[in-house]
Amino acid sequence: MANPVSASALRPDPWLCRFAVFTAAATLVLICFGGLVTSHGAGLAVPDWPNTYGYSLFFFPISKWVGGIFYEHTHRLAGAAVGLLTLILAGWLWRKESRAWLRWLGVLAFVGVVLQGVLGGLRVVLLKDQIGLVHGALAQLFFVLVCLIALATSRWWLDAAPAENEGTQGQATLRRWVLAATLLVLGQLVLGAAMRHRHAGLAVPDFPLAYGRLWPRTDTRFLARYNQQREEIHAMKPITASDVLLQMTHRLGACVVAAAVAGAWWIARRRLGPGHVLRKSLLAWLGLVAVQVGLGAATVWTAKSADLATAHVAVGSLILALGGLQTAAAFRLFAPPRSRDLTSAGDLATPTQPNGAIGQPVHP
Amino acid sequence: MRVNHVLLAATGLVATLPALFGADIAGKVVAKGTPKAELTIDMTADPKCGALHDKPVTTRHYVVDKDGGLANVLVFIKSGLNEKNFPPPTTAPLLDQVGCEYAPYVMGVRTQQKIKIKNSDPTLHNIHAIPNAMRDKGTPNKEFNLAQPIKDMVTEKSFDAPEVVVKFKCDVHPWMFAYVGVFDHPFYAVTEKDGSFKIAGVPKGNYTLEAYHVKTHGANPGVAQEITVDGDAKADFTIELK
Repeated sequence: MANPVSASALRPDPWLCRFAVFTAAATLVLICFGGLVTSHGAGLAVPDWPNTYGYSLFFFPISKWVGGIFYEHTHRLAGAAVGLLTLILAGWLWRKESRAWLRWLGVLAFVGVVLQGVLGGLRVVLLKDQIGLVHGALAQLFFVLVCLIALATSRWWLDAAPAENEGTQGQATLRRWVLAATLLVLGQLVLGAAMRHRHAGLAVPDFPLAYGRLWPRTDTRFLARYNQQREEIHAMKPITASDVLLQMTHRLGACVVAAAVAGAWWIARRRLGPGHVLRKSLLAWLGLVAVQVGLGAATVWTAKSADLATAHVAVGSLILALGGLQTAAAFRLFAPPRSRDLTSAGDLATPTQPNGAIGQPVHP
Repeated sequence: MRVNHVLLAATGLVATLPALFGADIAGKVVAKGTPKAELTIDMTADPKCGALHDKPVTTRHYVVDKDGGLANVLVFIKSGLNEKNFPPPTTAPLLDQVGCEYAPYVMGVRTQQKIKIKNSDPTLHNIHAIPNAMRDKGTPNKEFNLAQPIKDMVTEKSFDAPEVVVKFKCDVHPWMFAYVGVFDHPFYAVTEKDGSFKIAGVPKGNYTLEAYHVKTHGANPGVAQEITVDGDAKADFTIELK
């Protein structure tokens, strides 16, 4: 058995990292396209799958990319592109990466993107809104996964050294707080996806109040009146009490997420130096959350403008991804002594390719 | 004397016609209150749709004439029919897509009666029928979503269970939608532009008649009234706009 070497001795492949970053960026664009599909109510504008009105996906005439078809078809094309990028990334990792866990993350990413494609197709063929909801939520997790792969292939990850005061209570608190805040963000995203995939339009038309009150009425008579008076061009489903409660829960969830992210930043501010990368990224995280609250308010004020609603989805994805990256970084930097050995073990794994391939130890 | 017998026989025959062929229920639905203004539809998402109109197209939530008559109201017998066996007619009503709008906006059909859905436009449409659209639960009617990429293409579909109403929409052109009431009997009508309606051939009996307007009633029942049919009957409805 070869002797393990320090993580810092592993050699990063900048091109692999760049390709992973490019794949992550393409995934964000794909999420934006998917957001536009839902925002424009175009999820079923192309009734067949995997074909498009009988044409192959890649040969559907541009002259027919009209109305809702434009959003759905470009989303499918972008999905195919991200699928190809993920396949290349997974293959590149499998062939060149010495860390077994990272190779398998690549495989997981490929399985994830294939699953996403199938879910998207089944949503169209089976006409199930619930599948659309799972498709939307899984897209966020896939984006986080690709971002983590990009982080793990970076020079920063390989060079990152555990903090000097390892395993102190403050760092443990920070780790847990960042993880908890990230999980809250995920919950908030799922709530948002549940709202959007109801296809019922704006359940509460004002902000920060709700129908002019702190907590809205949800009785049948009131909702019947709202539905009757609601100005709409698209034939949306009638708003129900569940829709209103879902919207209010999402609003409350935003407050909880903002508090959790602010709390994480505050702990970092007290525990870490001003130049520490995690402290700076947590501040950026808080800034993104502020932007997201603004976008949510603007979505309500503009009666759910499709572009603003989609921007709200995109920023939500960025917040989740940043949370995932920060959680990984926090555990990388502040892992408790026993688990730090285990965390490092993946980087100190016995090299599998003997001739200096990427991730191989560099002998001093 | 023979003429008197003939006259008497003719009068008797006419008097029994309603019992043989049913009577008519006629009336009018009026709107009380001022509806919100209709919204102008932007059809630029598909230039072929815009090119089919030389003046702005609006939504059709409340079509009210100068006398308050409310169009597109489904009026139907809700209860009271003893006979359950009404075979569906063999004719197939037409739901057309013209000028990137559905025509008619509201219609009634029988269970298991074929509906002809036609694309009369020089552009693609998809026909997306959504049962239980208003109430999220209820009937076993199946949702479907079919492509109609070619002009003059006709698709035939039917529904097995009564429902008020099935929503039809086009996801390519999201402003397009129509509503189809499905009934297991023939006693229904859709009000005309002046709000008038007529339901023909109703057997003698006591019934509950309902007037349902999609935008006003949504997921809730329409306005109901009791009516006794013993000869031609009249039923007027007032739908209050909140």
